[in-house]
Amino acid sequence: MFSAIDNFPALMIWLPLLGAVVSFLLKKEQQVKQWAFVSSMLTLGLTVTSLFYTGQSNYLLTQVSYIWLPSLGSSFTLSLDGISWMLCLLTALSFPLIFISTSDASRSRSNAFYGLMLMAQAGLMGVFLATDALTFYFFWELALIPVYFLASMWGGERRIQAAFKFFIYTFVGSLLLLIGILYVYLKTPEQSFSLSAFYQAPLSAQEQGWLFWMFFLAFAIKMPIFPFHTWQPDAYEQSDTAVTMVLSAVMVKMGVFAMMRWLLPLFPAVLKQYDNIIIGLSVIGIVYASCLAMVQDDLKRLVAYSSIAHIGLMSAAIFTRSMEAWQGATIQMFSHGINILGMWIVVALIERRLGIRKISELGGLASKAPTLAILFLVVAFANVALPLTNAFVGEFLMFAGLFKFSVWYAAVAGLGIILSAVYTLNMIKRVMFGSTNAATVNFGEAGRPVLIALTVIIVIIFVTGVYPEPLFNLFESTADALLRRILIR
Amino acid sequence: MNSIILSSLWGVLMMYTGVVTRSKNAPGLMAALGAVLLMGAAWLDLNGVALISFNLQGMLEFPPYVSGFILLMSLCLLLYVLLSNDEIDRLTGHSADYLALIFFVMTGVIIVASFKSLLMMFLGVEIMSIPLYILAASDKRNLKSNEAGLKYFLMGSFSTGIMLMGIALLYGSFGTFYTATINIGSLALSPMTLSGIVFLMVAMAFKVSAAPFHFWTPDVYDGTPSVFTSFMATIVKAAAFFGFLRLFEGAFGKLHEQWQLLTAIITAATLLIGNLTAVFQQSVKRMLAYSSIAQAGFMMFALFAMNTVARQGLVLYGVSYTLATIGVFAVLAKMKDQTFEGFNGLAKHKPFLALMLTVFLLSLAGIPLTAGFFAKYYMLLAALKTGQMLWLVILAILTAAVGIYYYFRVVQAMYFKEGEAPELETTSGFRFTLLVTAILIILLGVHPDWVIALITY
Repeated sequence: MFSAIDNFPALMIWLPLLGAVVSFLLKKEQQVKQWAFVSSMLTLGLTVTSLFYTGQSNYLLTQVSYIWLPSLGSSFTLSLDGISWMLCLLTALSFPLIFISTSDASRSRSNAFYGLMLMAQAGLMGVFLATDALTFYFFWELALIPVYFLASMWGGERRIQAAFKFFIYTFVGSLLLLIGILYVYLKTPEQSFSLSAFYQAPLSAQEQGWLFWMFFLAFAIKMPIFPFHTWQPDAYEQSDTAVTMVLSAVMVKMGVFAMMRWLLPLFPAVLKQYDNIIIGLSVIGIVYASCLAMVQDDLKRLVAYSSIAHIGLMSAAIFTRSMEAWQGATIQMFSHGINILGMWIVVALIERRLGIRKISELGGLASKAPTLAILFLVVAFANVALPLTNAFVGEFLMFAGLFKFSVWYAAVAGLGIILSAVYTLNMIKRVMFGSTNAATVNFGEAGRPVLIALTVIIVIIFVTGVYPEPLFNLFESTADALLRRILIR
Repeated sequence: MNSIILSSLWGVLMMYTGVVTRSKNAPGLMAALGAVLLMGAAWLDLNGVALISFNLQGMLEFPPYVSGFILLMSLCLLLYVLLSNDEIDRLTGHSADYLALIFFVMTGVIIVASFKSLLMMFLGVEIMSIPLYILAASDKRNLKSNEAGLKYFLMGSFSTGIMLMGIALLYGSFGTFYTATINIGSLALSPMTLSGIVFLMVAMAFKVSAAPFHFWTPDVYDGTPSVFTSFMATIVKAAAFFGFLRLFEGAFGKLHEQWQLLTAIITAATLLIGNLTAVFQQSVKRMLAYSSIAQAGFMMFALFAMNTVARQGLVLYGVSYTLATIGVFAVLAKMKDQTFEGFNGLAKHKPFLALMLTVFLLSLAGIPLTAGFFAKYYMLLAALKTGQMLWLVILAILTAAVGIYYYFRVVQAMYFKEGEAPELETTSGFRFTLLVTAILIILLGVHPDWVIALITY
């Protein structure tokens, strides 16, 4: 029997996939653009509707399971719980925003572009939904392949090398993950890949020790955590900005999310042993990336480094294993996705209009495009985590958790907040204000699509900044259940 | 048994086809029909129906595991014939003779898959190898092809000599050729038995091109015309591995612990040499030759682990590797320029071929949703299940990551680089067969259970 409630998670994957197939078949660029937008809006509609059909406070909202490979102990199981629902919403929300804000960009082979984009969306949804280790691994890889093609086919001069570096890095991580998954699978009592069986696998402390690093590497490369981040600035800079948006707004959340659902609950016994190393690396990463962001002259690289700093804070918070920090990290996954999307939209617009990304060559854009400047300023405030914006909620909670764990880590990570204000506001000053020059004198107000996208983002920034309660209600019990699992064992 | 009789008879029939008809398509159609009948014969074997029954003296056996494998290899043969017939005809001018040789090789393949006696194994390996020497040298006016044939012949006979020596030593210690009897008797390891085992391992490692006995592979694969390399590197290799596993499991299974370390060393060396050398190749064909060594490294895991998962995995690996490699070679054989640059811009001018090649290469690289992923999955799982030598598994995945590098170089050339339209003429039948091959690869990548179900019928 087909019933909407049970099949929501599956539909959230099939719908974008169907959209992708149709996109590949369409010929005219305008048609493809419209179709991609419609398809992504349908997915968004579906994702939002799914919430009304399911209870709000259960740990597991809804689950769907198909028989796939019974002889291997694997089934195609998708579950929608609080955290994954939030990330699916982020995914569903990002794609229409990306499509609308870059709608006046023209690309060769646009049907392939939009087809691959929607395929990536399906893969990402799968990663957030899968609660069967083999299914999870499948989607983990399948999200990567379309993005690899996207990043190599469209973008800057050195895109092929940059995308390849990204691909090889993440692929090595994935293979280690595969070995880890297979090892845990062999240890499960009834030889099953299901998440609940994985949680119950009896693993000695020594096994957990090395398995932890196998899983960790895969996720750390994806996020990326210092010192595994070297692929990221190149990939962000060289890709088409629409692809960069997917990478930074949604794809890095795969790593954060996987740590919460897979890494920590699976190997709780060794967390005490390793948490200092990982929080240490994350904190170093925050300061290091912030310092680098300060000296960047390229807008894209600046946002890329700022993203590393933000992700570093999330991973540090997760490893403190306190409820505040987990709540903060979860809501920050959503907020960071929204905020960085806003940053990229403006960067992409400037690049498209003027063909330059060098901060030193820009200036005075505010006098030419006042509305854009105001909207950008708000997004930038959110990036700095000013109170009343969404990022404040998350960062405040994460710092509270980090502070409880160790004052020193919190103090050093706090530097990152200060530095982020320095480089973000400095960038705003040099790009938007000051006097216009020969390059920027013809800059005009942003078009309607971009303004609409930015307005939507700003509404979300303020709504979740002032009234984050509904989001908390949604994921609180999930985060609580996961955290309890970690602390008990 | 049905399939042995059929394939040898069909080889003779193929020779007459060349005499009776001058039509260009007739030999190809006959061969395709033969492959289909071979599948049917294997299907009958699978169900225990014998068309002609006589006493085999227990020298051959056809359990589902073996018949299923033969069925799958016949399927691969069908695809191979459909993809390669035009090219064989263009190359040699009389494809019937060469297709006949291929059916003789198939007879050897079936014997190597089903032997229960060392004598039959020897016969099978020889029946399989001798036509291959001819195929290697089939491009008579090309010096490289001649060199390949001669080199393959010399090295091949040498390794056969070693194999015979091993068999003789084993006969000396046990007084029997039957693998099952050897296995019962081999509780203690005398020096004579030990040298017999080592000799057999060397000889088989040569046939499957495992390091350090791989040196012939790049030159022979490169010199042999691409259509025949495709056959040598796939069906023959899969069968040799299958025989390798059956020999060592059937005859020396009880002594597994004693020679396991040896297989671990061979595995590690094969993986390292194959993958690292492939990186530096400029010609796609040579790259594929080294990659086939690398893939052999992964298949060696079956011998290292030697459990149920490994047995099933080897068949899956053989099939998925064969399908993908046949596909890649089918396109490669049509290309004028066989360097990486020759593939530049292929996606723009021939989008369909580029897409098909991408599927094959992704499968060889072991990306999920393709058969290659589950092939590697089974091998890794089998090795992990032994609970020993975790370093070997880690080494395997690190070298697999190196593999990504050279397989994706072709993808990069096709999709991301600009190039001139290569001269590439393909018939609609060729494209259709290519599509079927790609679909099979994806189906097995989603549902590998079908292969497993067949061999545990």
